[in-house]
Amino acid sequence: MRYFLLGFLLLGLVVVSVAGFRGGITRRPPIELFPDMDRQAKLRPQSAHGFFPDGLGSRLHPDQTIPRSQPVLVAGTPVHPFEDHPFNTGYEPGTTNFVQHSPVPVSETLLARGRERFAIHCQPCHGAAGDGKGPTTKYGMVVIGNLHDPRIVQQPDGEIFHVISEGRNLMQGYAANLTAADRWAILAYVRALQLSHLATLEEVPEGLRATLK
Amino acid sequence: MSDIFPKWTNKLPGYVILGGALLGTAVVAGTWYYFTPKYTRVGYQPLQPVSFSHHIHVEQLGMDCRYCHNGVESSYHSNIPSSTTCMNCHNQVLKDDPKLALVRESAAAGKPIPWVWIHKTPDYVYFNHAVHVNRGISCVECHGQINLMDEVQHAQPLSMTFCLDCHRHPEAFLRPPEQVYNLNWKPDDPTRQLAQGRRFLEEWKVERLEHCSACHR
Repeated sequence: MRYFLLGFLLLGLVVVSVAGFRGGITRRPPIELFPDMDRQAKLRPQSAHGFFPDGLGSRLHPDQTIPRSQPVLVAGTPVHPFEDHPFNTGYEPGTTNFVQHSPVPVSETLLARGRERFAIHCQPCHGAAGDGKGPTTKYGMVVIGNLHDPRIVQQPDGEIFHVISEGRNLMQGYAANLTAADRWAILAYVRALQLSHLATLEEVPEGLRATLK
Repeated sequence: MSDIFPKWTNKLPGYVILGGALLGTAVVAGTWYYFTPKYTRVGYQPLQPVSFSHHIHVEQLGMDCRYCHNGVESSYHSNIPSSTTCMNCHNQVLKDDPKLALVRESAAAGKPIPWVWIHKTPDYVYFNHAVHVNRGISCVECHGQINLMDEVQHAQPLSMTFCLDCHRHPEAFLRPPEQVYNLNWKPDDPTRQLAQGRRFLEEWKVERLEHCSACHR
């Protein structure tokens, strides 16, 4: 019996020393104990798949085709993402002139959405105030546009939309990361920021003037 | 007769019972402890092709989760950012750092970076990110304090019990929508969290989905 107990204890020690404890850091992929249908021969987004020669599970749409889409309501009219419409391009249709005014009517929800998206996508570089002094400037971002620069304030709405979408100079475009509606919302918020920066004391409602210092 | 069954055999049944009981307990305890995602999944920290640190990007730079994972609010799949998203900053920051060589190549050639997938639910589980984050379930509930991780590791078991614990008592986990992406947020005190969670449950019509086809289709 003494030997049995000794052996039993030893077995326990061996199991624990080989298998370790719960939550231990490991580089080895998790063991799937009962792998019934855990991994199926189907596509999952952004995963490799051997069916295609280049191995990409998420496919780009082929040349000369248009992805399936739902129209977006812009001021009451449905606009498809492939249409030559200022909402998609920032240009007057058929020309290379930027639209002077945003095709999206400004509302409180639009501004709130713009503010939220600005904080996510623009603030790291342009800063919360839009002055080009975001946190990334400390880590080597060199040229960041100050959104209160008169050069930018005077640009038409369409041009700023175009810069958000396609980028300019060192800034890359955000068309792939933000929907057109969100980019127009950001534009509306940028305009609000600029207005707040350029406002004079006379433009502030009288009752609120004393709160500013 | 005494030669056929020597005296020690009197104790044999006791030994067999005791040994059997000990072995049985060990097998049950071992299975309970090891045959669970709490052991098999938690702690998985694979080597990634690029040593990306969430800690630096979130805590030091104050970036929002959605700068990179921009599809999380509108899709069931929370996307890994394309390498062009990395290049938004890294075309200037650490522009020639060898650690980022793979990112630069990937962005230039349009070839994805082979990131290792860590939080992998079985293919018969249809988890929807958008539904969860838009109703006040924070990233932190399933992914742990990823904002503090220099290297991502699997922090929660993501077992079926893990899902059901929350599906049965969502009020303990629902948080104000503006705090979903603030992974450091803690409720002021747990009793208020329950009251607040119950209110969100009512207001947003959150269902306690426990039927099979909520997750399995």
